[in-house]
Amino acid sequence: MDDLYRELILDRYKNPRMRGTLDPHDISYEDDNPLCGDHLRIDLRLDAEGRIHQAAFSGEGCAISLASADLLTESIVGKSLEEVRKLGKEDILEMLGIELSPVRLKCALLSLKVLKAGAYGLAEAKDLD
Amino acid sequence: MNPRPVAPALLDWQGIREQFPILDLEVHPGVRLVYLDSASTSQKPAAVIEAMDRFYRKTNANIHRGVHYLAEEATAEYEQARKRVAEFIGAEQPQEIIFTRNTTESINLVMQTWARVNLHPGDTILLTEMEHHSNIVPWQMLASERGLKLEFVPVTEQGQLDSPSLEHLLEEKRPGLVAVTQMSNVLGTINPVEEIARKAHQAGALVLVDGAQSVPHMAVNVRSLDADFLAFSGHKMCGPTGIGVLYAKRALLEAMPPFMGGGDMIRRVRLRGFEPNEVPYKFEAGTPAIAEAIGLKVAIDFLERVGMDAIHSHEQEIAAYALDRLSEIPGLRVYGPPAEARGGVTSFSMKSAHPHDVAQVLDRYGLAVRAGHHCAMPLHERYGLAATTRASFYLYNTLEEVDRLIEGLGKVNELFA
Repeated sequence: MDDLYRELILDRYKNPRMRGTLDPHDISYEDDNPLCGDHLRIDLRLDAEGRIHQAAFSGEGCAISLASADLLTESIVGKSLEEVRKLGKEDILEMLGIELSPVRLKCALLSLKVLKAGAYGLAEAKDLD
Repeated sequence: MNPRPVAPALLDWQGIREQFPILDLEVHPGVRLVYLDSASTSQKPAAVIEAMDRFYRKTNANIHRGVHYLAEEATAEYEQARKRVAEFIGAEQPQEIIFTRNTTESINLVMQTWARVNLHPGDTILLTEMEHHSNIVPWQMLASERGLKLEFVPVTEQGQLDSPSLEHLLEEKRPGLVAVTQMSNVLGTINPVEEIARKAHQAGALVLVDGAQSVPHMAVNVRSLDADFLAFSGHKMCGPTGIGVLYAKRALLEAMPPFMGGGDMIRRVRLRGFEPNEVPYKFEAGTPAIAEAIGLKVAIDFLERVGMDAIHSHEQEIAAYALDRLSEIPGLRVYGPPAEARGGVTSFSMKSAHPHDVAQVLDRYGLAVRAGHHCAMPLHERYGLAATTRASFYLYNTLEEVDRLIEGLGKVNELFA
């Protein structure tokens, strides 16, 4: 079909690997995009060395935001919080492997915003903007 | 002499469509545009585009104070546009037409002038849950500044204003102003504004009508409505962007303080002060959007040649067909009243896909729809939604385009369900 909805995105949207919540968790953060209703929460459990042992996401949104959340949470297992803090827009785009318009870019970056806010221990994700 | 509308049976809708150059566009290779986003902005007929081009080539000058040939031509055309707008909406005189940038600016003008002077701390403004942000936020701003109260007429599940609530709120709260949309840009609901105005006046309130969605799509007469204020935009009615209208009763305009200050809205300026100009110039500061006003005049001529009643019937026919066909799509829900109670706007949600994804897929098939809250977040919240997908129709749309929409929605389900 279309570049945007290549198999990877559709598969992760319909069959997410990382959906769920962690209880107990060490870090949990949620945020939304009120303009369109995408809402995401990411939970993390850390091991003794402070590396991510388990990750899960929950929430609702468009295919881009949810596929991005699934791929992102999967990719961070085994990473340190320091490494997570260094992730950027380019990493998300590489992960998704598609070109995005400014509107859809916001969808893709919501999971990153939530993850980084949690990793920085911020009171509100808007401190990141 | 104003163009007489052609009888609907003789109307050549395909011929009308052909007047809009952009409708030939291929938005992707081999994929022709199906424009279903007129509630957002309308496409323009060649006559409007050419009129503005002609203005800049042949009669461009600044207006109102110039003795030379071009200045006189430009002034005459601008004032002719004002007169044309007055005729179009049934205003008593051209002085009751203020040119603004758009509906939003028109409403802000009323807020900053009439409302600021006439509404006092503790007074109430009555709005509705289905209003566009442009008919909510200015009132919120004023309410916060002046200690006013805002009340909202609720919307029923079927997408209509709750009439008993409206009456109750009028009686209990005695608002100084009732501000209401004549046609919802999300639900398509056509509100009984004439009746609302009558009840509002009886309760001692003035009435502001948001005509952004109605004026382009149906016959609107300010004297039949007895509206105190009517706001609408040129770009939604086949006219250019950058021009809007505020209609207000002459007596109100005479009493209102100026809006923006500067050139043209004055009669005299001394170092120590100024005298405002007479109505309507009092409210038009600085050089206006002259070419755009002329474009709007030509748009009105174009629409009236087709006939506003014919346009309204055409859209209702398409909307009825759309509602019917949309009901075939599994997992799709349309919001708002049945076809008879609405204009050509249909907003819906799908179980299988988020509005962004719906709009993205439809775009691949050339279909231009809108996804989001459509500047009506409170209305979406009322239905427990963050966003919907909206397809809206105008005189250049066809039943066949509805078929294309349905095919596209089928593809959405194929991909996502």
